[in-house]
Amino acid sequence: MDMSKGKKILGFLSLLSLTILLLVAVDSLPKRGLPDAPAHQVINAAGNTGAGAYFIQSAYEDAATPNMVTVVLGDYRSFDTLGEVVVVFAAAIACYLILRRREDEEK
Amino acid sequence: MTNPSQSLIIKMVSRTLATFIQVFGIYVIIHGHYSPGGGFQGGALLAAGILLIRMTEGREESQPTLATAIATPLASLGAVIFAGLGVVILFFGGNYMDYGAVPVPGMEVPVVRYYGILIVEVGIGLAVMTGLVSIFDDMVRTNRQSGPDMGRGGMS
Repeated sequence: MDMSKGKKILGFLSLLSLTILLLVAVDSLPKRGLPDAPAHQVINAAGNTGAGAYFIQSAYEDAATPNMVTVVLGDYRSFDTLGEVVVVFAAAIACYLILRRREDEEK
Repeated sequence: MTNPSQSLIIKMVSRTLATFIQVFGIYVIIHGHYSPGGGFQGGALLAAGILLIRMTEGREESQPTLATAIATPLASLGAVIFAGLGVVILFFGGNYMDYGAVPVPGMEVPVVRYYGILIVEVGIGLAVMTGLVSIFDDMVRTNRQSGPDMGRGGMS
């Protein structure tokens, strides 16, 4: 009983520290819509600002790749794509852990 | 569902079709720099080719195409190729996933980024293909529970 209680406290503390870390990280990002933010420094052909304007203008010079979508997914936002791959991988691992029949269970 | 199909026509057609599906899947991954496509789409096509064989030939008989026991490790390898490339870049002093920071002799920075994207796409394709096959094999049971079972030797 003490064991599970200790685990619960440990889990709560790790969740709390992760929450604080994420809140600090969010707070240090530029405010949404702030004109001085790096994402709003480039004006696109339509006269708007946004990160997309930089992507459209310099995708080919940055990565020598004609397909802009690939550059955004694979280069500018590769961290996001890494998360997507981890989601697929997590689904496979979850199925493996829950559903796969092991040799000792079949007898 | 994963018992072998009895029809010769279905077997022959799916064998032929699976080859072309797989070649198209590789094309979608490799040509993702120039046309719509990329690792996710190509990986799904490669998985579709393998699952077509799985459904028509039966799970046990189709193990040589991609064994269940190595599908899950290969899915990990695909994710590790992606995440590991970012870690390698850290050692060259760049930000995580900043491919241009790796000095490759005789290559401009944009070309290095081009090949960085290609490596990442191959990793995605591998992870998605083997991940989908692994999920399919875990979720679908054969009706015959007896007989030699090559695919489930992963953990004991």
